[in-house]
Amino acid sequence: MSINGRNAPHGMYAVEATGLTKRYGEKVAVNGVDLAVRTGTVTGILGPNGAGKTTTVRMLTTLLRPDSGTGRVAGFDIIDQAHDVRRSIGLTGQFAAVDELLTGEENLMMVGRLYHLAGSEAKRRAHALLERFDLTDAARRPAKTYSGGMRRRLDIAASLIAEPPVIFLDEPTTGLDPRSRVGMWDVLEGLVAGGTTLLLTTQYLDEADRLADDIVVIDHGRIVAEGTPDQLKKQVGGEAIDLVIGDPGRIGEVISLIQKTFGGEVNRTEVDGGLALAAPDGADTLVRLVRLMDDADIAIRDVALRRPTLDDVFMRLTGQDTSAATHEEAA
Amino acid sequence: MAQSLPTEMARGVAVPSARPSALSSLRWTLTDAVTIMRRNLTQIRRQPEKLSDVTIQPIMFVVLFAYVFGGAIALPDGIDYANFLMAGIFVQSIGALYISTSIGTADDMAKGIMDRFRSLPISRAAVLLGRTGSDLVQSMLGAVVLALSGLLIGWRIEDGILSGLAGFALLLLFGYAMSWVGVFIGLSVRSVEGAQAFGFIAFFPLTFLSNAFVPTATMPRFLQIVAEWNPISAVVAACRVLFGNNVPALQQGAWPMQHPVAAALIWSLLILAVFMPAAIWKYRQVVSR
Repeated sequence: MSINGRNAPHGMYAVEATGLTKRYGEKVAVNGVDLAVRTGTVTGILGPNGAGKTTTVRMLTTLLRPDSGTGRVAGFDIIDQAHDVRRSIGLTGQFAAVDELLTGEENLMMVGRLYHLAGSEAKRRAHALLERFDLTDAARRPAKTYSGGMRRRLDIAASLIAEPPVIFLDEPTTGLDPRSRVGMWDVLEGLVAGGTTLLLTTQYLDEADRLADDIVVIDHGRIVAEGTPDQLKKQVGGEAIDLVIGDPGRIGEVISLIQKTFGGEVNRTEVDGGLALAAPDGADTLVRLVRLMDDADIAIRDVALRRPTLDDVFMRLTGQDTSAATHEEAA
Repeated sequence: MAQSLPTEMARGVAVPSARPSALSSLRWTLTDAVTIMRRNLTQIRRQPEKLSDVTIQPIMFVVLFAYVFGGAIALPDGIDYANFLMAGIFVQSIGALYISTSIGTADDMAKGIMDRFRSLPISRAAVLLGRTGSDLVQSMLGAVVLALSGLLIGWRIEDGILSGLAGFALLLLFGYAMSWVGVFIGLSVRSVEGAQAFGFIAFFPLTFLSNAFVPTATMPRFLQIVAEWNPISAVVAACRVLFGNNVPALQQGAWPMQHPVAAALIWSLLILAVFMPAAIWKYRQVVSR
């Protein structure tokens, strides 16, 4: 059901991979991953810690040679044309790769020089990027004085200085405080608006939901699902209704009433007097439920139509909820 | 903060795409090496204590040996301890710089900066040439500081300035070769602590099992053979010859001791020939964090 359609002409995809595989001894870190990232879109690789996200990015950015499989980035082969791939990408790794002893400005200038920009051009772009990433005031301070969010922004700025058409971001917001995370999302959305293709990895569902056009869910080195955020949510099932009745004492009566009328399954929730049921017809089901309660003279304290979140998708597909993934990361 | 990029800015590939000729790719390799070398030197400027390896530490050794141990060490007639000692101190200090090379390399690995460099369209040798280049600059600085402190305790170049300069050139060549050993170690151990520990453990026996501070004549036969074939000894002996700090009695024993300049050159070039390609190979292989 690939939404990416693999038969499109060349140039439509900024990143393509077929059967990418990497082993470390017995352990297969990445196991036959196929990817197709349309030019100018954002693809999020979503998965728990150790799923193979970073290894996939490292292969696509020429830092690691795949054991088997092929990949093209910006039309160049990641093995045979590695140098051309490097000319076309910016990489922001999981750990901000900035030189702590150099100032923000010097960091950007150095990377600019290494892309063979003329000195004046490197300086002009460095200043523009510092301005854009809200780092102008800190431009002349050594990067070791920067906060985590500032370092990450400087790191991303460094990967943009040559204005590459494809940017790879490995967990761009891991370890950032919530405010910096939202700031980073704004930055990334700005990039995409400018036509850059983004491939980012994340263990955060809200991040993938907000930023990505397409999501690839990966677990134990394999793709377990892919699609748009909406398609993935649909895979888990349709909408549901959460209902809380005013008098918890009547809950048994209400359950049998609903089952008799709607036929589906009704579950108690953690809330006192709370129930959950499937809503195959969405809002129509909701309206019918409210009428039913009204006719039976049952007071409603709260009722809501709930669409499945990516958390539901993630849990269903990887058997691991996101808080578990987060704990693992903290350990 | 999040204005969008102008589209032409986001799509263009900044670097010209034509395949460069061999000559221009060599030129770019050197240009990139200089960029990285300047970055390393800026680091030293920001953190001058990094220079203690080539300044304070060797001066302490000069004082320690010249005034504490020196009086108790028996030398052949015709040479005083200051003149005997300085070649040893020079080689020990310049040679030991490979430890700081390996620490710097391991630090770049641990902090992900190597990943950044490796994802850039630059030649694989440029990063390592830049690292060893900045260490060569440090070696030169160290040689000047040491020469001045040597002059203070009575050391003199006694065989003409040209021969003396040849001695320094040989010293720096050896230091440069050793810094490629440092790159290889740094890429292999990957942690600053590991680089530090490995460096000291490997280098100290090497300098003390040599002719750097004491003549080998008083050593047991087995250690004497080790010391005479030790590359450190060859370079020390060569410096003594070229600085004019030599007496024939010091040039006895195995072949390297009889032909110290040739032996020192061979050792240095051999170390370069092995560790330069080995370090570049390792750099291609390496996966940091």
